[in-house]
Amino acid sequence: MVEAVPVRRLLERHVVRQFMRHKGALLGFAFLVFILAFVVLGPLIWTLDPQFIDIRARNSGMSLAHPLGTDQLGRDMLARLMAGGRASVAVGAAAMLLSLLIGGLVGLLAGFVRWLDGPLMRLTDLFLALPLLPLLLVVILLFREALRAAFGPEAGIFILMVAVMGITGWMQTARVVRGEVLTVKEREFVVAARSVGVPEHRIAGRHVLPNVLSPIMVSATLGMANAIITESALSFLGLGFPSDFATWGRLLFDATDYLQQYPGRVLWPGLAISLTVLSVNYIGDGLRDSLDPRSRSTHAGNL
Amino acid sequence: MRIYTMRLAGLAMLAVGVLVVSAATAAERGRDGHVSIIYWQAPSILNPYLSGGTKDIEAASIVLEPLARFDASGNLTPWLAASVPTVTNGGVSADLRTVTWKLREGLRWSDGSPVTAADVAFTAEYCRDPAGGCSQLARFDDVTAVEALDDLTVRITFGVPKPYPYGPFVGATSPILQKAQFGDCKGARAPECTEANFGPVGTGPFRVTGFRPNDVISLEANPNYRDPAKPAFATVTFKGGGDAAAAGRAVLATGEFDYAWNLQLSPEVLKGMVAAGKGNVVSSFGTLVERLVVNLTDPSPKRGEARSTRAHPHPFLADRAVRKALSMAIDRKLLVEIGYGQAGRPACNVVPAPEMYASKANDDCLRQDIEGAKRLLDGAGWRPGPDGIRQKDGVRLSILYQTSTNAVRQDFQALIKQWWSDIGIETELRNIDASVFFGGDPGSPDTYQKFFADIEMYANNFEGADPESYLGAWRCGNEPRPASQWQGENMPRYCSEAYDRLLGEMAVTGEISERARLARRMNDLLVQDYVLIPLVHRGRVSAHARSLGGVRLNTWDSEIWNIADWHRVR
Repeated sequence: MVEAVPVRRLLERHVVRQFMRHKGALLGFAFLVFILAFVVLGPLIWTLDPQFIDIRARNSGMSLAHPLGTDQLGRDMLARLMAGGRASVAVGAAAMLLSLLIGGLVGLLAGFVRWLDGPLMRLTDLFLALPLLPLLLVVILLFREALRAAFGPEAGIFILMVAVMGITGWMQTARVVRGEVLTVKEREFVVAARSVGVPEHRIAGRHVLPNVLSPIMVSATLGMANAIITESALSFLGLGFPSDFATWGRLLFDATDYLQQYPGRVLWPGLAISLTVLSVNYIGDGLRDSLDPRSRSTHAGNL
Repeated sequence: MRIYTMRLAGLAMLAVGVLVVSAATAAERGRDGHVSIIYWQAPSILNPYLSGGTKDIEAASIVLEPLARFDASGNLTPWLAASVPTVTNGGVSADLRTVTWKLREGLRWSDGSPVTAADVAFTAEYCRDPAGGCSQLARFDDVTAVEALDDLTVRITFGVPKPYPYGPFVGATSPILQKAQFGDCKGARAPECTEANFGPVGTGPFRVTGFRPNDVISLEANPNYRDPAKPAFATVTFKGGGDAAAAGRAVLATGEFDYAWNLQLSPEVLKGMVAAGKGNVVSSFGTLVERLVVNLTDPSPKRGEARSTRAHPHPFLADRAVRKALSMAIDRKLLVEIGYGQAGRPACNVVPAPEMYASKANDDCLRQDIEGAKRLLDGAGWRPGPDGIRQKDGVRLSILYQTSTNAVRQDFQALIKQWWSDIGIETELRNIDASVFFGGDPGSPDTYQKFFADIEMYANNFEGADPESYLGAWRCGNEPRPASQWQGENMPRYCSEAYDRLLGEMAVTGEISERARLARRMNDLLVQDYVLIPLVHRGRVSAHARSLGGVRLNTWDSEIWNIADWHRVR
């Protein structure tokens, strides 16, 4: 046990080194940091109100007063892009975390506890069969009033969206994790741990979970991308945030009518969505490579 | 002296006669060759009695004609009839139960046979056949009999007094069919007569030479048309399909077509197309008005079952001063500019047309008056609170403002929210998918009937040119409520004795000018009580090539109602 600490530290260092070697992952990471700084710190520097309508300045191009121009009502695009990013990234991250938590837990339990496997996987099938849109309609119908009264219109919708996306987005993660757990738990080191009397919950936490981290990471990145896109789709259907509350999806939706006249208005939010999603995917890619036990074992000799 | 003047007059008449003759030789039928029309929805049948689609009805209107139709200003004009029957000219009986139409003399079908009253009576028989499933059956509501009195006279009898008897045989939805052609096509057999339904014999300026459903119709000038100088075009191609943007481009930007129908495009996009210089955009205004509806009852969830019902008045919108301030803060001209361009104009009335029905008492709404609205609210005791939102006795002026999901409507919401915040009123926006909002499902809380919000916005209009049933919507008791399964048209939950009395009066008034006066009076009651806040009078926009003359866009009837007058401009 005394040696466990330095070994773990070595492992961590190895993972970081592997990650740094993955150029795409590094670039993706740098871009994500940039986007986070842009949406979190940006509004502190660029203090224009994203909802303020200056109708005389509508449809203006790039200028010092409006670096990315204004929209059809004269709202500053840069400010809206920042505000929109804050909402979109927050929704994406929160929904991803929630679906990861549920999916990971269900997958782990199903793979590890034999008698839970059947019921949990049937539950997963059930959720997979649920049509997302009608479900959303019903959920919004049932809970919007209550949440709006309790948290206000924006926070209420945020909670609702994150909850619904989390609840309807965990199934893939659960399936992948279960499959992975089933293979890992038959591996020698797990059998060895069990034979020396390590309790089941510790085997699950210390030995199985770290080894199924890579598929979890990958589905997390996919989940975040999905959540950002689902949020846009919901805003499109009018089920999302109020129409004047900027999100990237909303900006994109508003701009499609003016695609020919003002392509920039589609370009910026579109670029932000796709680059964020892409960078998260690359990070996931790099993480998988560096966390992969096989890549670790090939370098183990050098440690 | 007298002889001299008479001779002079005779000379003048001779001169006029020569002029007319020379004009007639120049105005020969078919002189202008070919005209092509594009409708971005393709016609699938040319019998309006078997289709409710505008595209089918308008395509058929080139061939089939009614007894009377509405002109571009919404006035009833005799078409196949010699005149429009009224109470004054004796055509409508004093008890308002019968109406007698007289056909023009000498009318012929495009196959050369004479048009008779028997054809008119047959048309009624055709549509009223219970086995037929006629799409225009509503136009024959309350009709008990249609009889041909002689070759040119037809009498329609109603079961109840009809102050406005212009349902049957009026407008493009109710034209006359040829008995000889459709005689064997009644009832259940109606849809089987493909040849008749795809190529009806008509009285219009053109006759069908080829019809490919959902694609294209070819027509040629009707040799038996009643005016020998018309139509100016020899052939017509009526093409269907595509979308509004493509149709607009085909006329305005590339010049492939001469006329494009109903271009629902944003003003920016249209402007770009017109810049190509190939064509003109024309607009015409019917009765469609985009409006805010004010909820006079309390939509709070606290009210439970009695939510948005007349059991509880609204905490602050029941105050007329607040409703008036909401209206004063709006700049309608800017809304038009942003959202509709040529397809809209500022509206101050819920009955904006026809002209004689439109009130002129509310035109001061055209001016935005933020300061006036503030003063009004101050005077009514609504003072700004610590957060800048006005309040009185613990009630804050905070509004939930809902509408359907639509880019223009969301722009309107954002603008209006800003104006209202300028006068100290807080607004929360909500947009709902149109199929839910207008869906009328009593199980959904988001329908415009349930109106679980303070303000809602949508557009509405009335069919034809008479607003009686439209104005009847705001009758006390017609409001959606649980007992009516949330059906009803009185969205603001308006209840006024004076209004209901005027409605009762209109139901027994046959004289058109008197009906117009009553309609204006009711419109003023609604608008000056600020239960409906009109925003934009929305029109129809179409485009025609610069070289096409004679187009008079008509939203009351078929858009191509006067195709006989179209000609080439050189």
